[in-house]
Amino acid sequence: MAKITFITSDNEKIELEATSGSVMQLAVDNGVQGIDGDCGGVCSCATCHVHVLPEHVSKTGTASEIEQDMLELDDNVSEYSRLCCQLDVSDALDGVVLQVAK
Amino acid sequence: MSANKTCVVIGASHGGVNFGTALRKEGWEGKIILIDKDPEIPYHRPPLSKAYLTSPLGIEAYQLKSKESYVKDSIQLKLGVSVNSIDKEKQELTLSDGSVQSYDILVMATGARPIIPPIKGIKTATNLYPLRTAKDVENIQTALLNASTKDVVVIGGGYIGLETAASLKKMGAEVTVLEREERILARVTAPEMSTFFEELHSSNNVSVLTTKNVVAIETENGINTVVCADGTSYKASVIVVGVGILVNTELASSIGLTLENGIKVDETAKTSNATIYAIGDCSYHFNPHYNRYIRLESVQNAVDQAKVAAAAICGKKTVYNTIPWFWSDQYNVKLQMVGLSQGYNQVLMRKEEDLKFSIWYFKDETLLAVDAVNNAKAYVVGTKFIKENATIDKEKLVDTSVVFKPAELLKS
Ligand SMILES: Cc1cc2nc3c(=O)[nH]c(=O)nc-3n(C[C@H](O)[C@H](O)[C@H](O)COP(=O)(O)OP(=O)(O)OC[C@H]3O[C@@H](n4cnc5c(N)ncnc54)[C@H](O)[C@@H]3O)c2cc1C
Ligand code: FES
Repeated sequence: MAKITFITSDNEKIELEATSGSVMQLAVDNGVQGIDGDCGGVCSCATCHVHVLPEHVSKTGTASEIEQDMLELDDNVSEYSRLCCQLDVSDALDGVVLQVAK
Repeated sequence: MSANKTCVVIGASHGGVNFGTALRKEGWEGKIILIDKDPEIPYHRPPLSKAYLTSPLGIEAYQLKSKESYVKDSIQLKLGVSVNSIDKEKQELTLSDGSVQSYDILVMATGARPIIPPIKGIKTATNLYPLRTAKDVENIQTALLNASTKDVVVIGGGYIGLETAASLKKMGAEVTVLEREERILARVTAPEMSTFFEELHSSNNVSVLTTKNVVAIETENGINTVVCADGTSYKASVIVVGVGILVNTELASSIGLTLENGIKVDETAKTSNATIYAIGDCSYHFNPHYNRYIRLESVQNAVDQAKVAAAAICGKKTVYNTIPWFWSDQYNVKLQMVGLSQGYNQVLMRKEEDLKFSIWYFKDETLLAVDAVNNAKAYVVGTKFIKENATIDKEKLVDTSVVFKPAELLKS
């Protein structure tokens, strides 16, 4: 069981718990504003962009090559950016805080 | 103001569902009712021919939104019922369960349905299915599991046919794709891409055969023989038909909405009737960037039009102006496409590796579209260039020693 916290662009804090599936699906299922997941999680749409809290990057790891490429020209990209469809829920993520990108 | 009003949507898929959510977000206070004849909680369609076909998971794993999110947004789902007719004067719909549903605003998100071509014997063929719904996937999976042989024929070498072939191969089937044209993906890509995908399939032991016009299907003891015009024939326990779609315009036509290769809409997705909007696969709409009317079959288009229609209904001035994009996943290849290549007179290739390259479609100096294979960077750079009507230095573009950054590739 992992506790995952989303902070939306309106500063709404949403704490969720899950055991499996992708972080994007978790967000969509719980109506987290700003996470649309239009491509269904195959890294094609970039509508699942989050910034990992810097001190939590050890939990998530950094973005893969395709995530970096998809976000390269995004105005809001940072070194903590991830496309959260590429993050699988697992115990390793427990306690992570994700800021939904604008 | 909208509190006592009812907005009804026919079709609860990518278009309808995203519209419902967007309308609530825009501040609509009245009822939102989504009606769909498909009984399942609305799901993503693209995975049907990709991951879902090979997946042991149920369709619930591919829901567009969870059940709870509809409740949270007060969006009412009426699933498993069809809209049979519309009375535009009374603003009422008659549903297949006999009930009547009135509306103040109506949205047609009726999408499209697969074409089943009039091939001799197609109606009596065994285990022959299109691929558009979760039910179709279930039928194909069950048929393959129970079939006496693993021979599958896919009729049609478009994206859906090719993705299905790749997925069925993964499931242990022996797959033959029969394409009528001289090359696969002929309508949508350059010959270079067709060749690439033909080779990709053949290296995965799927035979992709072109100039194969299927003229008859003969069925005996549960085995089909698919016969082509050139006299060749192919045995199949299961047949998947992927030869294109027909737009669901019957309801629109019955009330006299303007039709033209789909339901014709203005830049806010409004039809010729001021209380009726049309979005997604069923709409024939204007694309300002390419300066022409088009009809698109893509998630992007359904989602973006949904947002535009929702904003317009809530009195905001947003107009539809996006560059189309699309993707396809086959084996280890991720294809991402942006723009519309129609009308190109030059094709350039930038090749990083055998399985990592991009095709750039130009009309003279104007970049029209990009097909990127395992190359998200080309996809995003291409998107930026198309949006900005950038003038590109073509020599640098194809030279992989030049850093792949927009600023490096512009004509100075
Ligand atoms: C196998 C497959 C793979 C695809 N892959 C991709 C891809 O990789 N990328 C991409 O961008 N796009 C892809 N697409 C296309 C994409 O799925 C469509 O563009 C998208 O679904 C369009 O959404 P829509 O809401 O406009 O229409 P649809 O998804 O067609 O939905 C229309 C809905 O309306 C309902 N309906 C119609 N008439 C009535 C009625 N009278 N009463 C009640 N209900 C009615 C139907 O049951 C249906 O659920 C794929 C499609 C398929 C089939
Ligand atoms: S859901 Fe589309 S990129 Fe993550």
